[in-house]
Amino acid sequence: MATRYFGQRIRRNEDPRLLTGQALFTDDVNLPNTLHVAFYRSDYAHGKILSIDTEEAKKRPGVIGVYTAEDLGDYWQRGPLLVPPPPIKDIVFNERTQVPLAKDKICHAGEAVVMVVAESRYIAEDAVEDIEVDIDFLDAVVDIEKAMTDESPLVHDDIEKNIAAHVVQEKGSYSSIRDKAHTVISRKFIYDRGTAAAMENRGVVANWDERNQQLTVWDTTQAPIPIRNGLAAMLGLSQSQVRVIAPFIGGGFGPKIMMFYPEEVLIPWVSKQLKRPVKWIEDREENFFSTTHERGQVHEAEIAVAEDGKILGIHDVFVHDAGAYAPYGLTVPINSQCTLLGCYDVPNYYSEFTAVFTNKPIVTPYRGAGRQHGVFVMERLLDLAAQKLGMTPVEIRRKNFIPQDAFPYDNEIIYQDFSPLVYDSGNYEPALKRAVELIEYDKFIKEEQPRLLQEGKRVGIGIVSYVEGTGIGPYEGAKVSIDPSGKVSLVTGIGTQGQGHFTSFAQIVSEVLDVPVEDVRVVTGDTLEFGWGAGTFASRGAVVAGSACHEAALAVKKKIHKLASEILEASEDDLEVSGGNVQVKGVPDTAISLGELAAKANPLRGAVKPGTEPGLEATSYFGPSRGTTASGVHAMIVSVDPETFLVNIERYIVVHDCGRVINPMILDGQIQGGVAQGIGNAFYEQLFFDENGQLLNASFMDYLLPTSLDVPKIEGDHIETPSPLNPLGVKGAGEAGAIPVGALYAQAIENAFHDCNLEILEIPLSPNRLYEIISQNKTKEQI
Amino acid sequence: MKPCTFEYYKPSSMEEALDLMHQYGGEAKILAGGQSLVPAMNFRLATPGILIDINGLQDLSYIKEHRKHGVLIGAMARYSELEKSDVVAKKCPLLHETIPYIAHPQIRNRGTMGGSLVHADPAAELPAVMLALDASLRLRNKDGERVVAITDFFTGMFGTAMKEDEILTEVAIPHMPKRYGFAFDEVSRRHGDYAMVGVAVSLNVDRKGRCEKGKIVFFSVGDAPVFAEKASQLLDKQNVSEELLENIANVASSEDIEPGSDIHASADYRRHLAKVLTKKTLKRAFDKALA
Repeated sequence: MATRYFGQRIRRNEDPRLLTGQALFTDDVNLPNTLHVAFYRSDYAHGKILSIDTEEAKKRPGVIGVYTAEDLGDYWQRGPLLVPPPPIKDIVFNERTQVPLAKDKICHAGEAVVMVVAESRYIAEDAVEDIEVDIDFLDAVVDIEKAMTDESPLVHDDIEKNIAAHVVQEKGSYSSIRDKAHTVISRKFIYDRGTAAAMENRGVVANWDERNQQLTVWDTTQAPIPIRNGLAAMLGLSQSQVRVIAPFIGGGFGPKIMMFYPEEVLIPWVSKQLKRPVKWIEDREENFFSTTHERGQVHEAEIAVAEDGKILGIHDVFVHDAGAYAPYGLTVPINSQCTLLGCYDVPNYYSEFTAVFTNKPIVTPYRGAGRQHGVFVMERLLDLAAQKLGMTPVEIRRKNFIPQDAFPYDNEIIYQDFSPLVYDSGNYEPALKRAVELIEYDKFIKEEQPRLLQEGKRVGIGIVSYVEGTGIGPYEGAKVSIDPSGKVSLVTGIGTQGQGHFTSFAQIVSEVLDVPVEDVRVVTGDTLEFGWGAGTFASRGAVVAGSACHEAALAVKKKIHKLASEILEASEDDLEVSGGNVQVKGVPDTAISLGELAAKANPLRGAVKPGTEPGLEATSYFGPSRGTTASGVHAMIVSVDPETFLVNIERYIVVHDCGRVINPMILDGQIQGGVAQGIGNAFYEQLFFDENGQLLNASFMDYLLPTSLDVPKIEGDHIETPSPLNPLGVKGAGEAGAIPVGALYAQAIENAFHDCNLEILEIPLSPNRLYEIISQNKTKEQI
Repeated sequence: MKPCTFEYYKPSSMEEALDLMHQYGGEAKILAGGQSLVPAMNFRLATPGILIDINGLQDLSYIKEHRKHGVLIGAMARYSELEKSDVVAKKCPLLHETIPYIAHPQIRNRGTMGGSLVHADPAAELPAVMLALDASLRLRNKDGERVVAITDFFTGMFGTAMKEDEILTEVAIPHMPKRYGFAFDEVSRRHGDYAMVGVAVSLNVDRKGRCEKGKIVFFSVGDAPVFAEKASQLLDKQNVSEELLENIANVASSEDIEPGSDIHASADYRRHLAKVLTKKTLKRAFDKALA
């Protein structure tokens, strides 16, 4: 289908504002008489609060209020369980969500205990130092495998063995095929914790307007509408009294959809108490403790394969670190459980996990949201099996891909959206083939690698594939209207954190109404403008909100046709919308501009007929029956310094399939950014906790993000396998770049040392860790 | 991450600065480039009551050659000034080679030679390089001035031989001997990070190519920059050979240093890196001296 706007590399509508520093971020909101907040956060990871003394803090000049849990009265409530457990048989689920301020017990280092409100953040921080909290220190639960033992201390006194959840999902019967397998390989895999480290930390500014009885909140949230709904309920206000604005946000990545963060509960409340604007901007040190983390699983996994490399079954038992509280239910471990199956036809699958509470910050989804753990385990098992069987990584993947004619493909287990895990569409072979071509896989193995090895250089190649469940429900909406100026206004409820919504959504509408993309003004994330929807998460913006934009544009087009047919006395079928006008097909003399038509649709005289509406405006909603399944192949060549074990990426290829592409340039950016984050998670970033649950590297000096020098330019290509589940045929792309990078690193580094019996079964890696693994010189004959 | 309350002074002359130091001494901190001090204050790890900003002193950022004393560098010379200085490039090539390893351009535009030495971070490059170069430091207080050899300057983790009221004003780097060789290298996780291990080598050879005087200095392997004394002694009167490099690297990494472990590198890995770097840098230094 020929398109003018959809699918084009169109420059981003939002960039002039962003690049010239004109875009509004939460910290840019400076209202007169604003008060500032700082928190006393626990230095300890685990302990009972014996007493809190805030007298000195209250006396400090400039301090307006000091609040403990007691001071909140009935407003002190646990946060909501955002995602209840899915309907899986025999599931164990022990609910425990976070609190606004710790009351009796501290459950992780950095947990907020006291809120100080002062005339400046400086004074507030000084006052925090005046506070004395007497804590009876308790042993901390840190190691997730030990957390489930009888000897372990308890994070929550009433939750036995710290078990947050226990879930078994099964397809076929692994036990019945295990003995028949040609080869069975078992390994233990570790995927350790990291943090999203968005460029912008969190922040909340709240302003209670006493005269209008109206609360306005600027919040770095990915979900302004649910925040509005929750705040209204908590504060006893109607939803129309609360306006939540999620302005431009410097990166979300998942942690900014945690609800409710203590600060989101407290800042609006205290603004209402004090009847003054109140601002809290998280600093980087706070971010390491008080914004949610992710990763943290240990898998004991097994693959059973036939002689020809065909997977007979997978058996996986894993422990998931939920952190101190689990407001997100089982989303992350269910994602791991489901995404492990990847692009492959796995007839028999047994997957069991235990989520455990630990005295560490809360774990919620972060770009990939558990998917990379599953992908890591599966891809590693395939690599080990291939090696054992004398196959290449390419061959074993090709052998096991779900064939193109098998879609929709039912994995027979339940996904994070509570629907059965059914892949809507896919075509994996061409992506693998293209990646192999682009990276010149065979040439590398046959010519380059032997030549470089002779020169003493360690270089390795890796190639992995993955699927990504994207675009889940429940629904999103959009409102499209045409101004008398001829320009189009488009409003949607989801927030934006840099994805390019102001352009991609505009492109969808432009395609339908044939107006230039820059003439479509997009508003996102302001509940006053649009009050229905869920939020930006799970790679769903383009799929769900994008489809709603499309539907609304079509509804407006219908109105254009209807009104123009009356004016032009022509049949609706004989009209066309073209170049900002509507006209009788092929008769430019009949053209009426869309602006003119919009003015006629809003007459100052005469009546709007019964059963019709004024204006060229429509609101539509879209709710997919289930998620779409994107997929891809990543390949890379690394060089490893054999003396220092520093690793350099020589080439990085991504061949990606997210259905129909709205804007290839924006997609490239998403992939590039995702891979950068994946590289960080695989090789640079790791949160180190000591045995007391203390985070040892809560700054960018010691928590290493990859810089522009460490991230290569990603090369690649796109395969387009449209989704049948939405009118645009699109699938999500937000997380794809980040998901398989760990597995890829492991394979490529192993390949660089292919003569050394190296096995990499953990992420993140580091030069230090590689030195240790290589020094230990593990042998492979453990099978 | 806001600093505690402090009083701020910005003297316009050295005399004024020394008076302030005399008055406030231990309570006061000198603000030079601020690249270590300001973050430490924001983290409230440093809580000086008095901040004396010496960025107003005009005559402290010179880089000049002195016939007798070698190259003289004012304490307020910025890394970026050292980086671009022809005098440094020609007369202190080891220093010239080192500067690009220090942090990032933005930091080098602010950070100063004096600040780095006085801060005495055991992971910093400059203290180690100054030790390798046998620099001497001019310290002043209200009562006068004294010159301290760099070997007597570092006293432990972030510790120096400075008195509470002293200000470092100048660093003197002696002239290079003839047939001089040098090398600097470090291994860091990312470019610009504090090194996991770093080494500076400075040596000269006689007409027969034998080492006359050689210094190997490590950083990030102890409480202060570490002069590898045993290994350096093994250089004495030796011609370069594979065996010599191997032997010295072994001694340096196993006997001269006692590195610790942290989240980025174990002690074992640090020793391994020290050995790797020693061989590489010594070889380069000999090559230059023999060229």
